[in-house]
Amino acid sequence: MGFLEKIKRLSLKKFLKRFFGKAHLKIGIYGPPNAGKTTLANRILNDWTGEAMGPVSEIPHETRRARLRSNVKIQADGTSLSLDVIDTPGIATKIDFHNFVENYGMDEEDGRRRAKEATEGVIEAIRWLDNVDGVLLVMDTAEDPFTQVNITILGNLEARKLPVLIVANKIDLPEASPATIKSAFPQHPIIPVSALAGYNIDGLYRAMVKHFR
Amino acid sequence: MENGVKINLISQQKLNEFTSSDRIKFILDQVRNGTVLVLEKGLTPVEEIHLIEQTMSEIDQDTFIGVEIERYTDDIKTNWLNRILRRTGRTSRMTVIGPAHLLKTIHKDNKVIQAMILTKKAVVGEV
Repeated sequence: MGFLEKIKRLSLKKFLKRFFGKAHLKIGIYGPPNAGKTTLANRILNDWTGEAMGPVSEIPHETRRARLRSNVKIQADGTSLSLDVIDTPGIATKIDFHNFVENYGMDEEDGRRRAKEATEGVIEAIRWLDNVDGVLLVMDTAEDPFTQVNITILGNLEARKLPVLIVANKIDLPEASPATIKSAFPQHPIIPVSALAGYNIDGLYRAMVKHFR
Repeated sequence: MENGVKINLISQQKLNEFTSSDRIKFILDQVRNGTVLVLEKGLTPVEEIHLIEQTMSEIDQDTFIGVEIERYTDDIKTNWLNRILRRTGRTSRMTVIGPAHLLKTIHKDNKVIQAMILTKKAVVGEV
């Protein structure tokens, strides 16, 4: 296919997507470790398919391989959206097996294995960025949102012009402060939820249908 | 040589001498050798994510557990002109990056990055 032909086809695809919406979207669930990505994936899948995405744990890097669930149809405000949901490993700039040993009681061998698998998981999560159509960026409302990981992920989504919803998770916690996330990233839509307790999940579905379609 | 942590302040001019991939390699090589870098102007978000990816592939639990990186961000106000131009991105500013076993961020917002260099007697500094 010639260069001009490629441009024409790409433009037509973009045009059709803009006016009619894409039939099937790949939505990546991203964020730092322990933000509640898999809990959110489980909530979405449970609500619309009755299944679960994967196990959750208080130990960081529980999800060390990306998981994909195809053909998840969500509905809100009379509109439906067909999604492939990708639950990605948490992105971090450092991984130290001592953290698993000293803070979570793992033995050294398990800690080292978990650390090794976690580094591979971060690489896999980053590579998935090339293959998603939109992102749910999950942040923990009880933690400082001004981390370099959050800023780097958002910067990449902006550079790739990928639509993003920031999911301000864990609003059931007493120390939760979704307002801090709003003030840190005022240029992006932010949906406060508790994926665990189910608070405002319908609000998230409405935002997804509106934002990703 | 005396014991201590080496801190290199890298000018924008120096970083501009490199291609994007060489820039990442230059930074990571120095950080892996135990040097803390203060970059006059940081990497782009795309370069940063490649730096994280490269860091993960080089982690060795006995010698290198990753990097601590923080940078200021420069918010672009969402006014009508920026909406038309679709300028919602952030531009990089001063960045501090070092080996994670030596550098620890204490506090960060858009005006102050407060970090600690972990030695037997820790040194706290602001950039």
